[in-house]
Amino acid sequence: MSDLTTSSGVPVIEMRAVNVCALKSPGTTVAVNLDWTVNAGDFWVLAGAQRAGKSDLLMLAAGLMSPRCGTYRLFGESMPDFAEENLAERLRLGFVFDGGQLFSRLTLAENVALPLKYHRDWSRETIESRVTALLEVTGLLPYAHLTPGNVGRNWQKRAGLARALALEPDVLLLDNPLAGLDARHTHWWLRFLDRLAGGQHASTDKPLTLVVTTDDLSRPGLWRSRAKQIACLAGGRLTVFRDWAELEMCHNAAVQELLTAPPAGN
Amino acid sequence: MQNAEVSAVDEASPAFRLRSPLPHSYANYLGRLMFLGVLTVQGLGAFALITLGVMLRKLRVAQPVVGPLVRREIYRAGVRLLPMFLFVAFALGFLVIGQTVSWLTRVGAINYLGSIMVLVVVRELGPLLTALLVLARIGTANVVELGTARALGEVEALEALGIDPVHYLVVPRVVGMMAGVFSLTVYLILGALVSGYLWAFLQDVPLTPGDYFNQLAGALSYLDFILLALKTCGFGFIIAIVTCYHGLAQPLHLDEISRSTVRAVAQSVIACVLLDALFIIVYLTAG
Repeated sequence: MSDLTTSSGVPVIEMRAVNVCALKSPGTTVAVNLDWTVNAGDFWVLAGAQRAGKSDLLMLAAGLMSPRCGTYRLFGESMPDFAEENLAERLRLGFVFDGGQLFSRLTLAENVALPLKYHRDWSRETIESRVTALLEVTGLLPYAHLTPGNVGRNWQKRAGLARALALEPDVLLLDNPLAGLDARHTHWWLRFLDRLAGGQHASTDKPLTLVVTTDDLSRPGLWRSRAKQIACLAGGRLTVFRDWAELEMCHNAAVQELLTAPPAGN
Repeated sequence: MQNAEVSAVDEASPAFRLRSPLPHSYANYLGRLMFLGVLTVQGLGAFALITLGVMLRKLRVAQPVVGPLVRREIYRAGVRLLPMFLFVAFALGFLVIGQTVSWLTRVGAINYLGSIMVLVVVRELGPLLTALLVLARIGTANVVELGTARALGEVEALEALGIDPVHYLVVPRVVGMMAGVFSLTVYLILGALVSGYLWAFLQDVPLTPGDYFNQLAGALSYLDFILLALKTCGFGFIIAIVTCYHGLAQPLHLDEISRSTVRAVAQSVIACVLLDALFIIVYLTAG
């Protein structure tokens, strides 16, 4: 664990009056005046309809783009943009993309190994054993030698998770991890996230801070028993709720729709 | 109420600027073209400087990852193109040199052969033809590969892993392309000169291999070797920078890749010809 521990009370993620722009259209603002604090050990669910700006907010939190205005601190360090000086803080944060976003020319094992080869001065054997362990816990060992195009979306998402865990992050941001998964894989993800949040995982022995985005709050078995913190992104505003009861009392139409109607395609 | 604060117009996009309501006229059209040209040069220049900065700053960073990528690009832009270049060298020798030798013999000017060969093949045709062929074979592939990676979010994935996309995606291509264009030009020139003599020999031109070699050696100067290396490395750098720029900077959607490829090819050709013109001035000044 690095020196910048979160047990000192410094929030993991701290946003003040932040405006978020769209990653694929930097001139478009998708959320304004965001105040959001994530503390170590939190398990956040960030809910919102499709195209509400959840992914953009998560990418901003990951340091992939800078806020249009306001201040953003990661582990207490200001994160103005993709700056080399902030690399140490950024590497303590893992990102799992919606579609896995694997490198199409590399095998699944090479995808997982890439961040280790780039950032760690480890021997080949050490990297291989670490990659094998990650592939084993994610059930990807039989597919290790295949490129992403030769495995299904379910397995691609798992490979994205294994890759994000390679550098042993303190915080894991997961962009819609359950979208498009079948029931078996959904069950596996939920159990795996429980173990990550509880620090009972083979790949890391510390409890991870988790931030998960979703467009589906209608199924009670998914997040209610897991996430202790919840926020909704609707109409360009982030609303933080104290608990699930307060969320259910909310009269906002967008929030009610998230609670009652399953997203299209699920 | 919150929605009112959310901008729906992408004011930063070039498309928005181009749709601004100005009266249509040729002057406006030319003005816009010039403006876009300046923006393109500015973007390419900035990208080239960033790439050079990353190359120098991260020379020893992540060598186990970047080293194999550089070797792969040298193989892709150099070794793998050798069969095609041997064919082109053979054809070039037949089409240009063989005929030149034959006609010089008929008009009794065979003593100028060395100078003409050096002027046509070594200084001009060899480097430029190599650059254009590498652009067609590898440069276009660069735009498509990087454009697809960009559109599918692989660049964001690299950034999320703390990996500099310029270091991982661009630097190996620049080094590979520079090495590839330089070495392929040397092979093309050697192949064309040898095959040209073979064609001339088949036409019973009274020129011994020794005379042919002496004429070539006499026409070459040390400046030719230095400028050939600089020019070919310059071509490789330009092609790599322009194609990587258009692959990485522009396509956020898959349907934009084809347009980016066309733009990259046109701009690479223009940039290579301009660099060639610059070297002609150097040759004329030095000669």
